[in-house]
Amino acid sequence: MTSTATLLFEQILNGLQLGVMLFLIASGLTLVLGIMNLLNLTHAAYYTFAAYVGVTAYGLTGWFLAAVAAAIASTVILAAATDLLVMRYLYDRDHLTQLLATFGLLLFFNEAITMLWGNGAMQMARPQWLAGSINLLPELSYPAYRLAITIVGLAVAFLLHYANHHTLLGMQIRAGTSNKTMLAALGVPVHRLYTAVFCVGAALAALAGMMVAPLISVDVGMGDSILILCLVVITIGGVGSVRGAFVAALLVGLVDTLGRTFLPQTFGFTLGPALSSMSVYVFMAVTLLLRPEGLFSAHQ
Amino acid sequence: MDSPVHARMGACVLALWLTTSASYAQDAVKIGFLTTLSGPQAELGKRHLEGFQLGLEMKGGKLGNLPVDLTIADDKLAPEVGVEQVRKLVDSDKVNFVTGVVFANVTMAASKPLAQSKTLFINSFAGPSPLAGSSCDPYFFGAGFQGDSTYEAMGKYMSEQKEIKSAFVLAPNYQGGRDAITGFKRYFKGDVKGEIYTKINQPDYSGEIAQIRAAKPDAIFFLYPGSMGISFVRQFADAKLGIPMYSGFSVEELTVNAMGAAANGAYSSAVYNDDLDNAANRAFAEAYQKKFGRRPSIYAALGFDAVTIIEAAVKASKGNLSDVESMRAGLRAAKFDLVRGPMHFNTNQFPIQNFYLVQATAGDGGMRMKTIRPIFTPHKDAYAPECKMQ
Repeated sequence: MTSTATLLFEQILNGLQLGVMLFLIASGLTLVLGIMNLLNLTHAAYYTFAAYVGVTAYGLTGWFLAAVAAAIASTVILAAATDLLVMRYLYDRDHLTQLLATFGLLLFFNEAITMLWGNGAMQMARPQWLAGSINLLPELSYPAYRLAITIVGLAVAFLLHYANHHTLLGMQIRAGTSNKTMLAALGVPVHRLYTAVFCVGAALAALAGMMVAPLISVDVGMGDSILILCLVVITIGGVGSVRGAFVAALLVGLVDTLGRTFLPQTFGFTLGPALSSMSVYVFMAVTLLLRPEGLFSAHQ
Repeated sequence: MDSPVHARMGACVLALWLTTSASYAQDAVKIGFLTTLSGPQAELGKRHLEGFQLGLEMKGGKLGNLPVDLTIADDKLAPEVGVEQVRKLVDSDKVNFVTGVVFANVTMAASKPLAQSKTLFINSFAGPSPLAGSSCDPYFFGAGFQGDSTYEAMGKYMSEQKEIKSAFVLAPNYQGGRDAITGFKRYFKGDVKGEIYTKINQPDYSGEIAQIRAAKPDAIFFLYPGSMGISFVRQFADAKLGIPMYSGFSVEELTVNAMGAAANGAYSSAVYNDDLDNAANRAFAEAYQKKFGRRPSIYAALGFDAVTIIEAAVKASKGNLSDVESMRAGLRAAKFDLVRGPMHFNTNQFPIQNFYLVQATAGDGGMRMKTIRPIFTPHKDAYAPECKMQ
């Protein structure tokens, strides 16, 4: 296998990994937007918060799965609390009000995290059983932890798909996305459903934040940098569609990773970086031009 | 009924306060410390200020027998906020010196109003290249270092190593990142096998690491300050490519413990390290450790040095702080023994000083940076010939 082919293969793996991370965060965002018509920027704070809790819990217990559980559980509690105390009052407001309120809450959470954990970056080791590398190709040994992230992400995507199509909750969520007035008229407790969706979304963001924590430097800015990409994902995928978010997340992950590698090689060091940082937005613009509702719109 | 009495009393107190503060102002050195104290980079500004305040404290709060009146301002890492704060420092606080700015974009913006008001700007950290070259300015002293110098030092060191015939270079895609690579390439004579500029605050570098793997360079050189560096170094070490890491301002006192074992053995170039063996640094490092319970970073050290430099200007004025020209002349002629080592100003009012090779080393109580040897003794920046100032 030539080295270019090896590079391409490795970049596709990297792109998939970025894609599944984006999917975990974006799926919650798109569900909440689809069913409750709520644009929730605070979602990024759940991702950050989970990473901080995970790092702390792993430091205390030394047990990776316990850290994952602690991160998800505490984030779900936080999400339920914000839903009951704040989000409830925003459901019927227009998007601009929601944007301002949830952005304000995001700033509030970021500052609260700084007060609790301090300004410096935190870091966490990968668990021993995932610390090695796997020889995928003769020339390529790939970190096991990155492969694990991709596999977990794909498994969660499959579970979500299954739950969405084969459980009562999934059916109610899909019904709510299409027509929530009718759903309420049929006697489904819509507010309870909202809280459930909100918590599931936060749990997925928490899983993403926790899994990425051993790879990156955990700091308050980590959620903000990925939030914009997630908004791109839900725009491309179609609001409210989990399937759309999945396809769009993988596409955005691949476009971003491959663009970062091959655009500078083609266009040089001056134009290349500018083009590669634009690539996902160009991709979004083209998608919207061809399909203004996104790839898989959940609304009729 | 008694409100007019109160009002008169209030006026008297106010008048008294105004006269005392005005008379106080005449015999005090007024310093405006403008730095980044909020936002994600606030830690750097805080450390810089800690060093400066420790310096003042160790001089007994006086410079050249005059008490110091310190005003602290936050630039929020925004050039427009920096300019606003500088105007306030000059117009209402009537400061004699402005110092403390850590980020070059704020420095550039702040230098203009200070030059117009002929207020001395003792730029205590990285100095941007325009101010060292064609736009040099009589009231601006680049008392920290010219921005390219750290990377030039690493370029020189790597060129001298026989086993390094090629390098792969990476930096964030902003002016500072591009300047770093320009400075590095000015001295690095080997083959640059790849050059990548990444998005600012990019959290994941797997795509870049794959390209390094494919290019098979003898070494990598990068500039990734703060949390970008922590992410990059940890991910690079995880990939186990066996390629040595060289950097400037990335693997350093403030980040090396967060990088942990991933940084072990990584080389860095720096104008200061806490183990430098000179009298000024021994006294400073000990006092800093005692006061804050940790080793001083370059931010603290350069803040401390700014006090020594301002003191020299005050002494040159012989107590007349409105005599800006004699303060300038004094600084241009001075030979300093700073905690970073000997330093004097070049014709462009930027330092001629040493740069050192440092290495991340595991020790008891975690990682630390150790000085290996000097690289430049001393170094001048490349822009001085473009400066036509007298």
